[in-house]
Amino acid sequence: MKFPWKLMTGACLWFAGLPAFAAVNVVACEPEWAALAREVAGDNATVYSATTALQDPHHIEARPSLIARVRNADLVVCAGSELEVGWLPLLLVQSGNRKIQPGNPGYFEAGQFVQKLEVPKTLDRSMGDIHPGGNPHIQTDPRNIAKVATALIARFEQIDAANAEAYRTRGKVFLDRWQAGVSRWEQQAAPLKGMAVVTHHKDWTYLEAWLGLREAGTLEPMPGVPPTPAHLAELVEGMQRQPAKLIIYSAYNDPKAAAFLSQRTRIPAVMLPFTVGGSDKAIDLFSLFDDTIARLVAAAR
Amino acid sequence: MFRSKATALAVVAAVAMPVCQLAHAATDDDLKELREQVRQLREQYEQRIGALEARLKEAERASGEAQVAAGQAAATADQAVAQSSNRPASEGAFNPAVSFILNGTYGNLSRDPAGFRINGFVPTQGEVAPPGRGFSLGESEIAFAANIDQNFRGTLIASLSPDEKIEVEEGFLQTLGLADGLTVKAGRFFSAVGYQNEIHAHAWDFTDAPLVNKAFLGNQFADDGVQVKWIAPTDAYFDLGLELGRGRKFPGGPDGGRSKNGFGSGTLFAHLGGDISDSTAWKLGVSHLRTSPRDRSYTDVDSTGTTVNNSFSGTSRLWALGGILKWAPNGNATVTNLKLQGEYFRRAESGDLIYDTALASLGTQSGGFQSRQSGWYAQGVYQFMPQWRAGYRYDRLSPGSTGLGLVDSGALTAADFPVLAAYAPTRSTFMVDWSGSEFSRIRLQFARDQSRRDATDNQVFLQYIMSLGAHGAHTF
Repeated sequence: MKFPWKLMTGACLWFAGLPAFAAVNVVACEPEWAALAREVAGDNATVYSATTALQDPHHIEARPSLIARVRNADLVVCAGSELEVGWLPLLLVQSGNRKIQPGNPGYFEAGQFVQKLEVPKTLDRSMGDIHPGGNPHIQTDPRNIAKVATALIARFEQIDAANAEAYRTRGKVFLDRWQAGVSRWEQQAAPLKGMAVVTHHKDWTYLEAWLGLREAGTLEPMPGVPPTPAHLAELVEGMQRQPAKLIIYSAYNDPKAAAFLSQRTRIPAVMLPFTVGGSDKAIDLFSLFDDTIARLVAAAR
Repeated sequence: MFRSKATALAVVAAVAMPVCQLAHAATDDDLKELREQVRQLREQYEQRIGALEARLKEAERASGEAQVAAGQAAATADQAVAQSSNRPASEGAFNPAVSFILNGTYGNLSRDPAGFRINGFVPTQGEVAPPGRGFSLGESEIAFAANIDQNFRGTLIASLSPDEKIEVEEGFLQTLGLADGLTVKAGRFFSAVGYQNEIHAHAWDFTDAPLVNKAFLGNQFADDGVQVKWIAPTDAYFDLGLELGRGRKFPGGPDGGRSKNGFGSGTLFAHLGGDISDSTAWKLGVSHLRTSPRDRSYTDVDSTGTTVNNSFSGTSRLWALGGILKWAPNGNATVTNLKLQGEYFRRAESGDLIYDTALASLGTQSGGFQSRQSGWYAQGVYQFMPQWRAGYRYDRLSPGSTGLGLVDSGALTAADFPVLAAYAPTRSTFMVDWSGSEFSRIRLQFARDQSRRDATDNQVFLQYIMSLGAHGAHTF
């Protein structure tokens, strides 16, 4: 058999001829950062989210399509704090794209711009899937989103200097609207203060800190380890002595464990979108928090 | 009336007088003293109140300072958190990511693995035999990886075999975003021929390699060389690559590679991949490995019953076509997911075969050698609940045609090359594994291996694979 050089060359030329670049190509690791990039960049960026709200951002395959997207990206926006440690480093190394390597302006880690909670004092894998840099699920506190937005606006200005003014203007409008949103959500969520909740994974820590909720336990026996019958039995017992008000799970979690505990303890279980696209109503960052607070308030009533 | 009044007055006066006198006497004697005492008391209280006031002021000032200090402490803590959120600022922070793989098996085999061969195919001299009987430690792996600087990334993966040998499995540098989707690798690395070949044993879905990898690549082909890969600037994934290597292992040869300038192996590969939906992703690959072995030797037992050493010189061309498809509901693989994988290999070799190079039996003779052989496997692995997976793999090799000049000319008979006699090996493998976390896996595997013409080998393996240290990332 002879190697079909002509065919290969033809294929290369065909592929090379396809793309047309205009706007800043953004690949976001998670939907919330894709949504934020859309807010602050508008038409100046084309934004692709590597994951959906129904996927667990800890466990993503470094799929060929993701490598292709990262190869063409001008900016990669990710949560960082080793949330994507199982797949992002591969995408970066395999992409052959210099612009988005760590240390370059095209690599943006949201987690670097906020104060992390639950930074472990000791690191041991027997403690489950803990992150050395602290809890990476920072987007559940909207004040963190404002901090990240400020940094992201600056990054867009740096990458696409020609449109710097547009980013500043759009960014200002977003931040003002966001500030108003935060006040509104805080007001709406005021009655929730001090409420004890059980969460599936430790992915609501920042929301709890923001609204003054108290975490009474998690369905996972330790971070990243699926709920076990023994641990759930323990939780049921604990809840009978000191019941929590709500069981919270995220759109990407298997709802079985939450349903089990809810049924045994008569504590209502509520699914929260966790990120943009996690519920029908959560179509952007504003509606994400509108829906999150509405679901919490309704369930806690 | 008056009298009585006066009398009353007198009585009052009589009664009152001593009291007044008494009072008067007290005033006289003690008032000074009392006053003095009160004055002293007042002074004392004033002093004490003053002192208290001073202490209060001091306390207030101190608490203010404390608040400032607390604020500062909080700010420092913030900074500390911010810093610790990134990386510890020490020399050690630049240490490469280090990880170790522990691997061990308990094997129960109906045939002795020491006598393992794949009939109908040239023995590869590679580590193709299944794991041993009883308890045995598998290959332990040590891996180091880090960005060297802004241009390069380095990876070193060494394997410690249970017989106390250290081998460099892979040791290569890789460019970090050269330009336009180009990546260059140099050093020793698993060749991109086929799909499974590039994957480390600890990430395999079965305890041992597919038969095509054992027969055509000597289990796993890692060459010393250079790889250039280009990824197309499209939304669909397309890559194209070239490898030039030493040809240090089967299908190249001799073992360790020839002493010559230039290169002894070349690989071309292309992959196409994408998503069908959020749930399904796929990748197809085609690759071609060409080697020019010199004196690639193997042993066989000839018609006289003597173990002879034969060697092949010529060219070996291998084509590999493979595909993988992964499915998970909504792309969320945590509860259930499915992985389908299959590869087809086709090899053509032509050149000369020297019989009995060591002059141990019927005398060294040389003749032409041509062969066209193929094989394939297909496997599916399904995670039916969190942490639990089950899988099935079917292997089949087709002997195709092998032409031996020495047999055609009548110098020797086919019985002098028994291992090359046409035979179609097959194998069925079933496994179930449990992963307590991303870092541990325990697997039970059953296989019915008919690689040997004369015997079916029923194999049972209980295997553990543990990874310590840095969190690895696995390729699709």
